[in-house]
Amino acid sequence: MQVFQIFVYIVNKIIVYQVIKIMKVIDALNVYYSDLNSLVDNLIETDNNVTLKNVFGQRYIGRGLPKKVKLKIYGIPGNDMAAYMDGAEIEVFGNSQDAIGNTMNYGTIIIHGNCGDTLGYAMRGGEIYVEGNVGYRVGIHMKEYKEMKPVIVIGGRAGDFLGEYMAGGAIILLGLNLAKNEDIIGKFCGIGMHGGVIYLNGTPDKYRFGKEIAKSVNITSEDILFLRKHIDFYKKTFNNQLNNLKVESFSKYVALNKNPYSNMYCTY
Amino acid sequence: MSLNFNTPDFEVIREESRCIQCKVCVHQCANTVHSYDEEDNVVCADDTKCVNCHRCVTLCPTKALIIRRHPLEFRENSNWCGKAIKEIYKQSQTGGVLLSSMGNPEPFTIYWDRILLNASQVTNPSIDPLREPMETKVMIGRKPEKLEFDSDGKLLTKMPPNIELKIPVMFSAMSYGSISRNAHESLARAAEELGIFYNTGEGGLNREFYKYGKNTIVQVASGRFGVHKEYLNTGAAIEIKIGQGAKPGIGGHLPGKKVGEDVSATRMIPVGSDAISPAPHHDIYSIEDLRQLIFSLKEVTGYKKPVFVKIAAVHNSAAIASGIVRAGADAIVVDGFRGGTGAAPTRIRNNVGIPIELALAAIDQRLREEGIRNYCSLIVAGSIRNSSDVVKAIALGADAVYIGSAAVIALGCHMCHSCSTGKCNWGIATQYPELVKRLNPDVMYKRLVNLISAWNHEIQELLGGMGINAIESLRGNRLMLRGVDLNEKELEILGIKYAGE
Repeated sequence: MQVFQIFVYIVNKIIVYQVIKIMKVIDALNVYYSDLNSLVDNLIETDNNVTLKNVFGQRYIGRGLPKKVKLKIYGIPGNDMAAYMDGAEIEVFGNSQDAIGNTMNYGTIIIHGNCGDTLGYAMRGGEIYVEGNVGYRVGIHMKEYKEMKPVIVIGGRAGDFLGEYMAGGAIILLGLNLAKNEDIIGKFCGIGMHGGVIYLNGTPDKYRFGKEIAKSVNITSEDILFLRKHIDFYKKTFNNQLNNLKVESFSKYVALNKNPYSNMYCTY
Repeated sequence: MSLNFNTPDFEVIREESRCIQCKVCVHQCANTVHSYDEEDNVVCADDTKCVNCHRCVTLCPTKALIIRRHPLEFRENSNWCGKAIKEIYKQSQTGGVLLSSMGNPEPFTIYWDRILLNASQVTNPSIDPLREPMETKVMIGRKPEKLEFDSDGKLLTKMPPNIELKIPVMFSAMSYGSISRNAHESLARAAEELGIFYNTGEGGLNREFYKYGKNTIVQVASGRFGVHKEYLNTGAAIEIKIGQGAKPGIGGHLPGKKVGEDVSATRMIPVGSDAISPAPHHDIYSIEDLRQLIFSLKEVTGYKKPVFVKIAAVHNSAAIASGIVRAGADAIVVDGFRGGTGAAPTRIRNNVGIPIELALAAIDQRLREEGIRNYCSLIVAGSIRNSSDVVKAIALGADAVYIGSAAVIALGCHMCHSCSTGKCNWGIATQYPELVKRLNPDVMYKRLVNLISAWNHEIQELLGGMGINAIESLRGNRLMLRGVDLNEKELEILGIKYAGE
């Protein structure tokens, strides 16, 4: 009896493996994160398109994945999704947890839902599109280097400390579906900021911003083009016409100084 | 502009009968202390600018120069000493936070100097390392609970990643930015030749140094400068920097003026932009979060590299270390309050943290009590000055040590404590090309090799004297230590007996 059970188990495993190989679909239900991630590694050796189903909080999905890899995720990926990612495209059909795109280098992330805290922490390149709202400290310490200019586009609103220590790149907040009396950002926006740019749909009260950031009076045609490009992508991706959204109503915020603390010290 | 109350700290004495007006001192001093007066054909000095780095003294062909502490004194007062008064002058003039460089210079107890080592006499033989095998190799990383073999004697246990050190000394984290490219190259080449490791610090790794990858520890700090998949996979091990002995609890700040083309490329930030490392990692607010970062690094490097976690020695280090082990780190690095730095707020450097000797003893004890000491290696830093400090650290429970200040002294640092000005006359803590080129890596890396080789021989002599032929047998062997001039509490924390006991 036992031998038979083992036989069935093995056959089952083989069938599941074959199915995975053909469909490139991984059922992530009850699969431990390290197993799931190495499964993905194995699959992308032969095919760049992989779909994960029933994802429930597994961490580090898509970590370090290179160019040409396309990952579709159904469910809720866990913390540190796309950490150190190096060019892959990830589309999440569901919400995402914290630290998505942590120290990401290149690539695209699309999230059909909301996102947790520290989205895009120390992100250096690539693009992240979030359909809904995001948590605290989003875009913290985002940077840029030469042609690498990361962009985060958020459909809804962001929590406190948006763009804290921001050193480069761009954050665009569309402020869609805000409830009455709800503001597009929390408090301490752009605190410690020393580079990059934040575009907000509207002009929140001044007290919500850190002392290192200021509203820019020069919105150039380049800014408008940049906004249009990303808003059009948002429209297409999330199938939302955004009929009431006007690019002209956006405000641009930039760091006052790329050396904010240069006069703070006295050497001795 | 109010009156400047600052008076010189040092006095430049030029023996006129020896001075040949060759102007070497004028050309060498980046602080522009020396100047040549053509009309009178004399070289003059502005004492107020002198930091006492000995560059002019060393290069003066006729040895005409002496730098001395300036004889000007304030009225004697044990409370309001000259230093305390001058600090107030500086702050009231500038409104700035006092910034210092190198380690804590205050006269706190140096416990290494109150610990003495044992030697064999009669009852067991001492060993002569010149004629008998003596092992100073150590393996850094997690050790398995037990080893299992199959019937053919083949190892079945999956070994966690370890790195091999030929000598239990490594060069501690100094970023490219805080120190020069040539200093970095000297450290890398010396590490390669010695079979040890150097540490990139938090400033990323210049692509030209990738070839030293197998002797490199790559650091990940809160600013994540230059951190990407390739960088992480280039190093032999990865170090998460939580804190630093010289400035526990605060972040780093490389001013934009030190971020030139090359530093910018290494850190991957725009030229001239400040490189600000936040005080915490904003994705780590707990031991569980630390585990998340440790495993994200392991995931992206295929579980092939040990992950170190570096903390400053603070009051609860032992409990924190226990958490770090449980978070999955392969090695803990503890940096004592004397650890050096390129720049730290003076008040923090001089007043925050605890001595490495006490932190080390407490951590090792705690991890043993909890039965988790084998899960990770323990590396200590924070002013290891010589080979006997190394041996004492290992007997107190360390696996290996990091040296930073000692390494830069080998490269020519004269401890003038002025790194933060960026005008290091020895080409170490500077980014000015004309100063950087003064440090020739072809020559200077050999000084590091010399230093560590000499220490290695001394370590072997000290071990041999104790009748021990492998450094692994000394680790945590506190019976080899005795204290002098220590009170009972200190002996209790260090876990050692008083001399004579």
